[in-house]
Amino acid sequence: MSDALILSGRCLRLSRRNIEALLTSLMLPIMLMLMFVYLFGGAIHIGTKYVTYVVPGVLLLCAGYGASITAVSVSDDMTGGIVDRFRSLDVGGASVLAGHVTASVVRNAASTVLVLGVGVLIGFRPHADMLHWLAAGGVLLLFVLALSWFAAVIGLLARTPEGANGFTFFVMFLPYPSSAFVPIHTMPSLIQGFAEHQPVTPVIETIRSLLLGTPAGSSPWQAVTWCSGILIVSITLAATLFHRRTR
Amino acid sequence: MTETSEKTHMTHETAVEAIGLEKSYGNMKVLDGVDLQVRRGTVFSLLGPNGAGKTTTVKILSTLVTADGGRARVAGHDVVADRHRVRRSISLTGQYAAVDELQTGEENLRMMGRLAGLPRAQARRGAVELLERFDLVNAGQRKVATYSGGMRRRLDLAASLVTRPVVLFLDEPTTGLDPRSRQALWDVIGELVAGGVTVFLTTQYLEEADRLADRIAVIDGGRVVAEGTSAELKQRVAGSRLDLTLADARAYEAVAGTLGERAIHRDAVRLTLGVATDGNAGRVRDLLDEVDPGRDAVASFAIHSATLDDVFLALTGRVAEPITEPTTDKETAHV
Repeated sequence: MSDALILSGRCLRLSRRNIEALLTSLMLPIMLMLMFVYLFGGAIHIGTKYVTYVVPGVLLLCAGYGASITAVSVSDDMTGGIVDRFRSLDVGGASVLAGHVTASVVRNAASTVLVLGVGVLIGFRPHADMLHWLAAGGVLLLFVLALSWFAAVIGLLARTPEGANGFTFFVMFLPYPSSAFVPIHTMPSLIQGFAEHQPVTPVIETIRSLLLGTPAGSSPWQAVTWCSGILIVSITLAATLFHRRTR
Repeated sequence: MTETSEKTHMTHETAVEAIGLEKSYGNMKVLDGVDLQVRRGTVFSLLGPNGAGKTTTVKILSTLVTADGGRARVAGHDVVADRHRVRRSISLTGQYAAVDELQTGEENLRMMGRLAGLPRAQARRGAVELLERFDLVNAGQRKVATYSGGMRRRLDLAASLVTRPVVLFLDEPTTGLDPRSRQALWDVIGELVAGGVTVFLTTQYLEEADRLADRIAVIDGGRVVAEGTSAELKQRVAGSRLDLTLADARAYEAVAGTLGERAIHRDAVRLTLGVATDGNAGRVRDLLDEVDPGRDAVASFAIHSATLDDVFLALTGRVAEPITEPTTDKETAHV
């Protein structure tokens, strides 16, 4: 446990100093938000102000991208010699990976606050009480945890950090065919099927309903089921893969 | 001596013991029955060409890899059943610097100290001491990314000494280093041994094994093909070596061509070629006449007793890696 804490501190220090990755993970979502609100938003009519609609989607995009970077940092460790050094110090794989995931959660908490702040500046007006805010934070946390562990699995599978980096693009793309930027019913029917049944949509809808009071339907249960499922499968896979990579 | 008393004696005096280690990766048999014994407080060198199984042996002994067959004890503990005890007794410096580029030297050392279980204050003090000892005080606050290959290796070695190990494993500690950094690292290893640490070192450099090791095991194709002190190994190759110094590069090429396989030592820079000989004057004269009928190619010759080079060639059928100055810094190239 204390090893995991020491290694979380390490990962946070490393991500703070990896200026390019840090800027990308902070600037990209904000640029995308500004682009959607000011460039495309004028043409998108959905009944409410577009900024209100899009901010939860951007939060997810941001968290997804931030979490997926875990794949690169895990792969960096696995391909360099440092994991062997940790193991020779009797530090287990669980601590190494937990360190990466914890750092990812902290990073994403910071970037979420930033995106929310910019969102409020450009007219996002949530109406939620403390309990709903906490619940929304909890759902986002679960999503970041699940995706970070999934990213750790990708990092363990990838032969090179560059290969692991490909995963971040996949995750960046995932919110597009979802309800993040435009309502699903405006999409071609083939894509609608995918968009309705992929994990990003129920997470976004849950956060929307918690922060904006839109009808939630079965989204919260779907979101929690998806995220818990991904989390459990990923942790199991990560343990197996770490063991196999270090045999 | 009875069997039981022999065993007690061994666990007391033996730092590393391996019996019949086997390991395959897929169809590749990397280790094919490796037996080793290292006495406490000595330097042991595993010498062999690339791909001989040196790193795999170190990884098995340091508990990072599990052998398919055989068993090993390090610092008195079994490397599989008691792996956690083994880990608390050893340190490992691998082939590539295992430190974080984006942390400073001091931060790296503090982190390793904390992971080794030291309290915060002690880890901080230890880091400062190690920086001093490894001549890195001025670089301590700089990110490792700015370090030279030699500095990285020193930091890496320092990182494996945040606690005092019983056995220190060094996997090719000076590969790719310039001569000055190599000498500095050799000095540090010497100090460690003087302090009572057992050092298990792999190298492809004969000079390094000759300089540092009390005992040397030559490994090739996953087997230990010879074991002994440097002097013992040299004795195993009967006879002497005739070294010819050639007049110029053209003469060198011509004579090297004539000798072919018989040249057991080649040095194109110094223009020397070595041939095995028993020192018989008639046969030396015949050889000189054969390779240099015009009497202008060979500038001088010398006969001396066998070197580790000759041992290596005789045992592995290959010419050993000479220590050369790296053209590119391997450390930087890797990271």
